[in-house]
Amino acid sequence: MAVESAAAQPARVAFYNDPKIRSLGYQVALCLVVALLVYGAVSNAIENLRRAHIASGFGFWHQTAGFDISQTLIKFSSSTSTYGEAFYVGLLNTLLVAILGIIFATILGFTVGICRLSTNWLLSRVATAYVELIRNIPLLLQLLFWYNAVLKALPDLRDSMSIWGGAFLNNRGLFMPEPVPKPGFAAVEIAFAVGIIGAIGYRTWARKRQMATGQQAPVLTVALLLIIGLPLVVFFLAGSPLSFDYPDKGRFNIRGGVEVVPEFAALLVGLVMYTAAFIAEVVRAGITAVSRGQTEAAYSLGLRPRPTLRLIVVPQAMRVIIPPLTSQYLNLTKNSSLAVAIGYPDLVQVFTGTVLNQTGQAVEVVAITMAVYLSISLVTSLAMNIYNARIALVER
Amino acid sequence: MTMSEGDLAVAEIRFLQMNPIEPQPPPMSTTGAIGWLRANLLSTPFNIGLTIVVGLLVLWLVPEALKYLIFDAIWTGHDREACVYTAEHPHVGACWPFVWDRISYFIYGSYPIPERWRVDIFFAMLAVGIAWLLWLNAPRHDLGLFYFFIVVPISSFILLHGSALLGLPIVDTSLWGGVLVTIVVSSVGIVVSLPLGILLALGRRSRMPIVKTLSVIFIEFVRGVPLITVLFMASVMLPLFVPDAYSPDKLVRALVGIALFASAYMAEVVRAGLAAIPKGQFEGAQAVGLGYRAMMQLIVLPQALKITIPNIVNTYIGLFKDTTLVFIVGLFDLVKTIEVARIDPQWAAPTTSSTGYAVAAMFYFVFCYGMSRYARATEARLSKAEKR
Repeated sequence: MAVESAAAQPARVAFYNDPKIRSLGYQVALCLVVALLVYGAVSNAIENLRRAHIASGFGFWHQTAGFDISQTLIKFSSSTSTYGEAFYVGLLNTLLVAILGIIFATILGFTVGICRLSTNWLLSRVATAYVELIRNIPLLLQLLFWYNAVLKALPDLRDSMSIWGGAFLNNRGLFMPEPVPKPGFAAVEIAFAVGIIGAIGYRTWARKRQMATGQQAPVLTVALLLIIGLPLVVFFLAGSPLSFDYPDKGRFNIRGGVEVVPEFAALLVGLVMYTAAFIAEVVRAGITAVSRGQTEAAYSLGLRPRPTLRLIVVPQAMRVIIPPLTSQYLNLTKNSSLAVAIGYPDLVQVFTGTVLNQTGQAVEVVAITMAVYLSISLVTSLAMNIYNARIALVER
Repeated sequence: MTMSEGDLAVAEIRFLQMNPIEPQPPPMSTTGAIGWLRANLLSTPFNIGLTIVVGLLVLWLVPEALKYLIFDAIWTGHDREACVYTAEHPHVGACWPFVWDRISYFIYGSYPIPERWRVDIFFAMLAVGIAWLLWLNAPRHDLGLFYFFIVVPISSFILLHGSALLGLPIVDTSLWGGVLVTIVVSSVGIVVSLPLGILLALGRRSRMPIVKTLSVIFIEFVRGVPLITVLFMASVMLPLFVPDAYSPDKLVRALVGIALFASAYMAEVVRAGLAAIPKGQFEGAQAVGLGYRAMMQLIVLPQALKITIPNIVNTYIGLFKDTTLVFIVGLFDLVKTIEVARIDPQWAAPTTSSTGYAVAAMFYFVFCYGMSRYARATEARLSKAEKR
């Protein structure tokens, strides 16, 4: 009874000192401030837009763009294509440079990271110098350097450098022979698909057999044979159904072939070199995070160095490496927006640059651009969280 | 004579080495220069091959770089004539007279020449503040914080922008440029982002759902988009969001963008520091009767910030490099002044561009590398204290 009556007594603190009421008060105040800011911004924006006679809404999406883009992966022409198509061109260009950049940066970054841990003194020092130099210079400066000081300084069209295999290199880009499939090439593509499916099937079967009997199978060799060998055999059986369209150097321009524009090359090289330096650090940290005792224990069980690396060290290092590696991939994707500084037509350059200037619809254009990057980031971090939950150490 | 057990044992051994064994050669030297070479460069055939390949690469790169920077470089001259290819200079390295000629433009931009002492004072004030805060043993860090986060921003604004009251002529921000803008943008970034980042980090760890949600949305939104889109937003959308009369100038817009961007990243760094503080510290503070504010101010934040110093410095390095992006929204930072100067017909020569970029690269490298060394040294020192 006594306890109950004590609990029923009103608290002796003033109501404004009650933590619950206080936190409620803070939150209401914060909501009010945010709402006020948003209201002020929106009403000002409406007023300012009305005064500047700028349309609002997404109607511009279907209007004719009327400008040209130097690199297009899908059909685009200034006279018929719309702003919406320009958006897709920019998005595809961003994705192209991001995906290629991620592939090459991973290869270079892992190589440099492993070199930094090499027992060879000279090699590890050179790798360290590379990482320190690249990491401490702004990416934008590196892009400008590659574009203006290296690629633009190449000889002009008339003195194009001829490269082995009928390619040309000059300050307008790299012109390479373009493979043109002849009829019958489809068989090679089918063989390639069959090869991949066969390799996956073989791996599943080999795994199952190893689990059951302990016998190992040469998975890698068979997979390579299926994926590369099979299409090659079909290619020659079908009578080499592929021809090349060689670039033809004229007086004023080069016709035919595939062209790699210097903006793309500079952006790719800059992004790859820059991100690789960061990936190298991630890899180094991951490998050093696996304690020496793990390697020693593996050796004492009788594993040889290569299986030790493959079965003991790498799986544990990957657990440490993958999360920061993903954030480096995201950084690379976001950094590809620096393309605007050297004129590569990526999403930001095409959309936030040209389309924004032509339509003046800043709010819509910037919102769309941000939404694209935001969804790439969010999808990746979602995938990352799932992955992290899966590989998290299960402790006793 | 009967055989003892010992004799029997000897007789069963089938082989006895009777001849002396040849002495083995002494083990390979593992000390001294040769031992070091053997262990670190030439241990296996593969390693020997690596050493040769890498050595050749170094032997090719280093002399090329030295030739460009020193031996083939042009040291004197008055215009582009000095740096073009001629018969006596078939190889032209860096064009240093271009840099001497434009160095004040690179540092001050178009800031009026008679007023440039104000910029120098600003640099000095900033240097004092940074040294005070970064030197871990410096006296009165609280005063240093007050100086760096309150005194310096206000007085430098008055100093750089000018004030009619003090008789300092107004210098419009459109005239600011070069290193000055780079330093102003990055300093404003750090001065704003640290307090705002701490608030956001506390907000994200808060138990109040609305505060937490708003903090998370802001942090994740800003971290999910590239800086350049934030800058575009600040430069094209900010003027729309305020009444026409208060439309901010270009520099202020970029500063807002940079500050918001840096705050989100700083918040995550501070949050990691807060997460590293053991729960007992919070509970201890509450047990002695401290409220939330006192607990954070006196117990948690001092410890959290101290262990975060290396990461804060690393974030600052990123911010310092990212300030180059303001050139895309039309500010005259160091990179932009170089871009302008290198295409100036007075100095347009084959190596002008690369010389300009080399100077900028050295500037950024010295600052960033210095900061990263500081971060690493601090980390080592703090971990020493931990291990005690």
